[in-house]
Amino acid sequence: MRITEETVQNVARLARLAVGREEAARLAPQLSDIIGYAEQLQQVDLEGVEPTSHPLSRYNALRPDEVRPCLDREAALANAPDSDGEQVRVPAVLEG
Amino acid sequence: MSGVSVSEARASYETVIGLEVHVELKTRSKIFCGCSTSFGAPPNTNVCPVCLGHPGTLPVLNEGAVELALRAALALNCRINQDCKFDRKNYFYPDLPKGYQISQYDQPIGEDGYVEIEVGGERKRIGIVRVHLEEDAGKSMHAPDGSHTLVDYNRTGVPLIEIVSKPDIRSPEEARLYLEAIKSIMEYCDVSDCRMEEGSLRCDANISLRPFGQREFGQKTELKNMNSFRNVQRALEYEAERQTAVLSAGGVVEQETRRFDEATQTTVSMRSKEEAHDYRYFPEPDLVRLHISDEWLERVRGSLPELPLAKRDRYVAELGLPPYDAGVLTADRGVAEYFEAVVACGADPKTASNWVMGDVLASLKATGERIQACPVSPANLAGLMKQVEAGRISIKQARDVFKIMWDTGKDAETVIREQGMEQISDEGMLAAIVDEVIANNPKSVEDYRSGKTKALAALVGQTMKATKGKANPAVVNKLILERIGSPDSGASGGGPADA
Ligand SMILES: [Zn+2]
Repeated sequence: MRITEETVQNVARLARLAVGREEAARLAPQLSDIIGYAEQLQQVDLEGVEPTSHPLSRYNALRPDEVRPCLDREAALANAPDSDGEQVRVPAVLEG
Repeated sequence: MSGVSVSEARASYETVIGLEVHVELKTRSKIFCGCSTSFGAPPNTNVCPVCLGHPGTLPVLNEGAVELALRAALALNCRINQDCKFDRKNYFYPDLPKGYQISQYDQPIGEDGYVEIEVGGERKRIGIVRVHLEEDAGKSMHAPDGSHTLVDYNRTGVPLIEIVSKPDIRSPEEARLYLEAIKSIMEYCDVSDCRMEEGSLRCDANISLRPFGQREFGQKTELKNMNSFRNVQRALEYEAERQTAVLSAGGVVEQETRRFDEATQTTVSMRSKEEAHDYRYFPEPDLVRLHISDEWLERVRGSLPELPLAKRDRYVAELGLPPYDAGVLTADRGVAEYFEAVVACGADPKTASNWVMGDVLASLKATGERIQACPVSPANLAGLMKQVEAGRISIKQARDVFKIMWDTGKDAETVIREQGMEQISDEGMLAAIVDEVIANNPKSVEDYRSGKTKALAALVGQTMKATKGKANPAVVNKLILERIGSPDSGASGGGPADA
């Protein structure tokens, strides 16, 4: 699978990364190489093998429905770039 | 385009609606961390490093959330995917601290179910495509001047199920009935409080039109921001008319998201970007797979209560209630349980139904109480009904007794005694009063005998007045008739009044 500059731009936009034209031109062949390397796996015969969705074979790591102490608000807001003391303040966003 | 021509055009298009309903599960703690889910806590006080998406933290699935989702999926007649997984749905919005929502993509916990609704006396099945588990996002508050947005992360990570219907809904009314059915089932199963005003039940709708007989669906629009069942119906009604006007003018419906505007009762385009969403779902590596054992599944299946429609059918078939009564009584699980408790005390079902649908529900509505806090217990209501049946008080008096029972919490026996309301049925006690009334009202007696049978009511009324309403009207009636006899035969053409 060949990664085009257009694909790079699209992925960058979805990930909110600023990638310039030159950078995209440089990254496209590199990403193609990486994907191509991983694509070798497609040649493995998987007849009769269940699809794997997780590397760990165990399942059901569950916890009981119990309330545990939360962070206090001051600590919770300490890492936010901005707050009004109660809520995190972010640049205006439009609904949707 | 005038209203008349739109409504004429409406008749040539079939409305196709699908609903997506989000229901908050009634767990104590969040789906992937131990933070409380309590509603109304001060902003950002139910948060921790896991739900705030701090680096290095790991989610751990809440068993209670799985149990409730399982219950909901079973109650919606879904096939359960006993082996399923979670996926990341990636998008950027400030109310989603991790930059992704943990959801279920291609392996939802439940698939291919249905809900039954009743439309115009007919049962109709609305298919359910899927029921999946996911986490809620935070709450954004946009500054009125547009300068900034404030975010509260208390709801972030509260467990939700999303219920996606098939496009089987054919009218805005059916959409409302479907929502009512979902709400009722969720409440019966104790899965959710379903409080739309608190956001614990939310609904988005898809609607399209197509000419009757056409197989392919028309272009659909998605509707958001409807905060009550009534508004869902109104938004869909408006949208059906709008699309009809577009189509019958030869136009094309644009695929877009529209917001319901309550003030104008219309839908407004949200002008979101045209690009299709690309959420780049992939399996959530931080959570291992979920396996629901046969034992777990069967235990949950066995714990499901009798669901509203089944209960309703049973009230009609076993208790002989009219379908209307059965529908009202089973709409709310608490009301149904109250009614059943009254009947279990030996009360006649139809009479009990009249009391519950009448005075009980009216009083609850007036005081805003929930039936669980009803001051007249089921046993006391049954006791009141027995007093009427035994002829100690009239039905009219019973309603007054009920009010006092409501205010004081006392039982009927006590209230009747304290108020001196006991009905007089003793013929010996009433005879003297009846004699006196007859003697004092010769005109009425004369009228009655000459065929004006209504005059009897006046005589009964006088006797009731003389006894301050305590006389048993049936006994009074009988005593008067014994004394004044029948009207002149043939005078009125009708038979003698005997009641
Ligand atoms: Zn948390």
